[in-house]
Amino acid sequence: MAAKEEVKLLGFWVSPFVLRVEWALKIKGVKYEYIEEDIFDKSTLLMELNPVHRKVPVLVHDGTVIAESFVILEYIDETWKQNPLLPQDPYQRALARFWAKFAEEKIFEGAWNALCSQGEEKQKALQQTIEAVETLEGELQWKQQFFGGESIGYTDIILGWISYYLPIWEEVGSMKILDPVKFPATVAWINRFLKHPVIKDTFPRREMMLVYFHQRSEALGSTSHGWLRV
Amino acid sequence: MAKSDVKVKVLGTWSSPFVMRARIALNIKSVNYEFLQERLWEGKSELLLKSNPVHRKVPVLIHGDKSICESLIIVQYINEVWSFAPSILPSDPHERATSRFWAPYLDEKWFPSLRTIGVAQGEDARKAAIAQVEEGLLLLEEAFGKCSKGKPFFGGDQIGYLDIAFGCFLGWLRVTEKMSGMKLLSISKTPSLLKWADRFCSDIAVKDVMPETEKLAEFAKMIMAKMRGAAPPK
Repeated sequence: MAAKEEVKLLGFWVSPFVLRVEWALKIKGVKYEYIEEDIFDKSTLLMELNPVHRKVPVLVHDGTVIAESFVILEYIDETWKQNPLLPQDPYQRALARFWAKFAEEKIFEGAWNALCSQGEEKQKALQQTIEAVETLEGELQWKQQFFGGESIGYTDIILGWISYYLPIWEEVGSMKILDPVKFPATVAWINRFLKHPVIKDTFPRREMMLVYFHQRSEALGSTSHGWLRV
Repeated sequence: MAKSDVKVKVLGTWSSPFVMRARIALNIKSVNYEFLQERLWEGKSELLLKSNPVHRKVPVLIHGDKSICESLIIVQYINEVWSFAPSILPSDPHERATSRFWAPYLDEKWFPSLRTIGVAQGEDARKAAIAQVEEGLLLLEEAFGKCSKGKPFFGGDQIGYLDIAFGCFLGWLRVTEKMSGMKLLSISKTPSLLKWADRFCSDIAVKDVMPETEKLAEFAKMIMAKMRGAAPPK
């Protein structure tokens, strides 16, 4: 019925933010063209499409440009109505958005900062991250399968990076965060997430990620900084 | 209106721009609510600790037995529960995405820089903060042109999500201008935003919740004095 639509995704092979968008598009069954961007040598295309942040992911849908993974996910959910990512009920939607924001601010940023810093700063970031995972554990113990219920939803997609990236960051940064004894519900959620047909086999190769994050954490760790965003 | 039997409360402070977002959204929807003022300097109330155990921050919207936290999540909740017109978010997904796009930029980059201007340690830090704020205002001036399409607000004829997300900071922007003696919004660089700011602040949904610049300036001086003399931050 609809004319053939064109969906393009500008991404970077190891970006967890880009992966989120890919998962959302796959869940919706939307075909897209993936365009690899070298974020260390940014193309004019990226600069034109996302002049404010100059970052990936950027989604281009029939000429419409959307940036920021959280914003793209809501756009995808509103544009393609099949397999909803957010619940229908306004309160449940508020909760989904709340936990996604929490996970991003406290766990993602915490773990990334712990990875890229040393000494006291690292310990502080690590402690805050572990406390945040404790809070998450409290939520997850009530969930049957996923935050989205029987199927993966918005919050699962936002949080999904911890299933694969966090163990790698733990290794690179010599840190221990995902303790299966302390966080059984979180680890169980991770295992279910990794096995999901849409998710498995979407991650980059582990060896390549280890090399990449070793290099990044060294490069960033050598400059003094406060909390930084990826 | 439906749901009028269910009590609506906002936990917050008169000076917080984030709290203002929730109140403006409720005003747009003509929803009556009780405003419960937290006296944060005296410690957090039981109700705040109970209704927002994760962050222990304002604003919190209490709707019957539900608590909703995080200002923009609250604004979207209000728009979805009281789903009659006027809508706070545009109906077109792309326009919605554009509105949503600016919010993290404002909250994570622009407003922190604005706050830094008053308390920056050293001239370099101050200059960097001012530059960030001015750059942001130029970007938003351009965004206003695209979003408003010649109409009075980012949201068009009425105040919308991005008006609320950005407009709530106007009180603090005016305080910063007053205390630093600089003009951040100007006829030469941000003519559209300058006019928009006046329209926003005098809008019926905003004027009773936007604090007076004088009062906010006094409050800012008090906080800065406390910060200079006080114990380490919490």
